[in-house]
Amino acid sequence: MENNQDQKHTISALVDNEPGVLSRVTGLFSGRGFNIESLCVAETMDPLVSRITLVTRGNDQIIEQITKQLNKLINVIKVIDFTNTEFVEREMALIKVRAEAQTRAEILRIVDIFRCKVVDVSPQFYTIEVTGNEGKIKAILDLLGPLGIKEIARTGAIAMARSKKEGSLKREKSVILQETFGGGKK
Amino acid sequence: MRLSGAEIVIESLIQEGVTSIFGYPGAAITDIYDTLDKSPIRHYLVRHEQGAVHMADGYARTSGKVGVCLVTSGPGATNTVTGIASAYMDSIPIVVFTGQVPTPLIGNDAFQEVDIVGITRPCTKHNYLVKAVEDLAGIIKEAFYLARSGRPGPILIDLPKDILHNKTEFKYPKKIEMRNYRPTYSAHPKQIEKATAQILKAKRPVIYAGGGVITSHSSSELKTLAESLTIPVTTTLMGLGAFPGRHPLWLGMLGMHGTYWANMSVAHCDLLIAVGARFDDRVTGKVDLFAPEARIIHIDIDPTSIRKNVSVDIPIVGDCKDALTKLNQLVQKPGKQEWRKIRQPWLEQIKEWKETHPLNYEQGKDEIKPQYVVEKIYELTKGKAIIATEVGQNQMWAAQYYHFDQPNSFITSGGLGVMGYGFPAAIGAQVACPDRIVFDIAGDGSIQMNIQEMATVVANQLPVKIAILNNGYLGMVRQFQELFYEKRYAQTFLKGNPDFVKIAEAYGATGLRAKHPEEVGPVIEKALSIKGPVIIDFVVSPEECVSPMVPSGKAMTEMLLV
Ligand SMILES: Cc1ncc(C[n+]2csc(CCOP(=O)(O)OP(=O)(O)O)c2C)c(N)n1
Repeated sequence: MENNQDQKHTISALVDNEPGVLSRVTGLFSGRGFNIESLCVAETMDPLVSRITLVTRGNDQIIEQITKQLNKLINVIKVIDFTNTEFVEREMALIKVRAEAQTRAEILRIVDIFRCKVVDVSPQFYTIEVTGNEGKIKAILDLLGPLGIKEIARTGAIAMARSKKEGSLKREKSVILQETFGGGKK
Repeated sequence: MRLSGAEIVIESLIQEGVTSIFGYPGAAITDIYDTLDKSPIRHYLVRHEQGAVHMADGYARTSGKVGVCLVTSGPGATNTVTGIASAYMDSIPIVVFTGQVPTPLIGNDAFQEVDIVGITRPCTKHNYLVKAVEDLAGIIKEAFYLARSGRPGPILIDLPKDILHNKTEFKYPKKIEMRNYRPTYSAHPKQIEKATAQILKAKRPVIYAGGGVITSHSSSELKTLAESLTIPVTTTLMGLGAFPGRHPLWLGMLGMHGTYWANMSVAHCDLLIAVGARFDDRVTGKVDLFAPEARIIHIDIDPTSIRKNVSVDIPIVGDCKDALTKLNQLVQKPGKQEWRKIRQPWLEQIKEWKETHPLNYEQGKDEIKPQYVVEKIYELTKGKAIIATEVGQNQMWAAQYYHFDQPNSFITSGGLGVMGYGFPAAIGAQVACPDRIVFDIAGDGSIQMNIQEMATVVANQLPVKIAILNNGYLGMVRQFQELFYEKRYAQTFLKGNPDFVKIAEAYGATGLRAKHPEEVGPVIEKALSIKGPVIIDFVVSPEECVSPMVPSGKAMTEMLLV
């Protein structure tokens, strides 16, 4: 079972907002040798539900297993693989960069171009907050790098489908399976 | 009605129709025991918690009900892990209640505290730590539902001691709503249509059935499909009994120790119809060379089973019974065809494989061959016994030579392969089916892993028969060493084996022994005539091998005929 070697996938899982659920999800990845590149978890509008957004890599067969195994967890309500769909994805980074007299103007110019913000200023450092997709964050890191980055804190990706809603939570989770496999449901 | 947590546990069990449970007490769950002893539920006191879980497992497999066990916190809980993992691999519905330290102490490394929910997360279908007595009844209801529905499996409920004390109004929920859990039972008609087209077209089809057929009670539907289109059938170890072991279309088991003709049939078929089986490595061998000429239809209730190990042409998610019933309707549509005639060349080919490489052994005059013991047990129980096995050669010989006729009669730890499983599982089966003959076919190594349960059978006068195929070795490993390690028998000779007859007697049971071939039949008859538990020590050829054998990682056609 071949094809699509190691494509990057952003997967979102709506889960019960309960202790232990994250551990079930991450345990599934470690126990089956799947890798998690980044992970974000927070409550949704419904306080009983959390959204886990994770980025992983794998060929079609591995991603299929990942989504199916996630679906199989009792605490998982719905799984969406955003890859090959219309979606917006953002991450955030806080970057502490050395700000010398000669480099300050340069840093502010970069901040301006990237439409990000200086959120903290100290005699020697600026702390910059940037949000965007992975490419944008990589680009600003490349530019700031030569000026002297002291520290970085990054979130994982969060994602959401464009325009069309993901559908209500009441839609059962085997919907996705039905499309791919004809796993019928009354 | 205001009840304590302990009373709620017992009341809920009664509501679930539980009549027998297996367990072992300890401080953390004394409250439950205090209530249990006044209830109509019969408790079987085991001698090791691992035994309790395997008993619940054996009970579940033979009763069709959920097996239940009850243990204390800490070591009681950790002792259940092997049994839970085995039930998980084999999709057996059990509910395990563990004691836990009081909620305020959780996380403090309190005496006999262990995070059993964390430990068993990867080997349960689901598990719960009960945090409030108000949640208890709902959780128990959910647990039983989860255990037996969809792809069944073990559920663990961890019960902190204070929860068992606390009181609340008790009302057992009538139904449950789980928005996150709705197994797909109904097979998709489109997929069934596609499968039908392939089935009607195939020249050399084979049905490969697994434990799912037994779980979903669809062996009669399976038989209908096989017979109406004249399709030969092989099963996995877990599927034995799903198809009659003396049927003309029966190929025997496939896989590592499967029959030559079953493996050859799969290797040369043009259509493989997999029903409730999961293509595990003991069945497929080298995956790339598994059924290389075949299109594959795969029916399974668990979507994760599909395309996990092999790619599949027509996946069908659903209950085997539903899918088979629908298939049976559709394949009849085109009207009666001369399937026997159409299949003739294929069946001829299979017959030839079978005749050139049958399962065989030679029973000489001196040493007892283990296969002969199994065949004799088959003969003298008229194929009607429930057979549990340990793990190793004993398990494979039981699979090969006891021609299982009905489902739910072969009880073995298929997925995890737990030595020490068979005896307690046989006890569970005997509790579920008091009128049937129950045998544990054991190795001299495995039986020592849970031999303490002799006390349980004696105390409860359960007439389980243990047939030890005593070869003095950890036979299956020795066989590996013989074949692949130039007979270097490192640590597989069981020096220090006890006298099993005396062990039986020390427990107050009957011990018998056979050393010569002509004693085999009579000693089995004698055991069958005894009402209580019996150990029969069969002193068998020490270096007999299980044949055929596919070395791990090889193609299924590369069988060694040892
Ligand atoms: C708990 C456990 N430990 C180790 C093994 C590995 N193992 C598989 S078969 C086997 C030998 C079994 O010997 P015995 O019970 O005497 O049966 P025989 O093969 O001789 O019939 C061993 C050690 C296992 N399956 N389970």
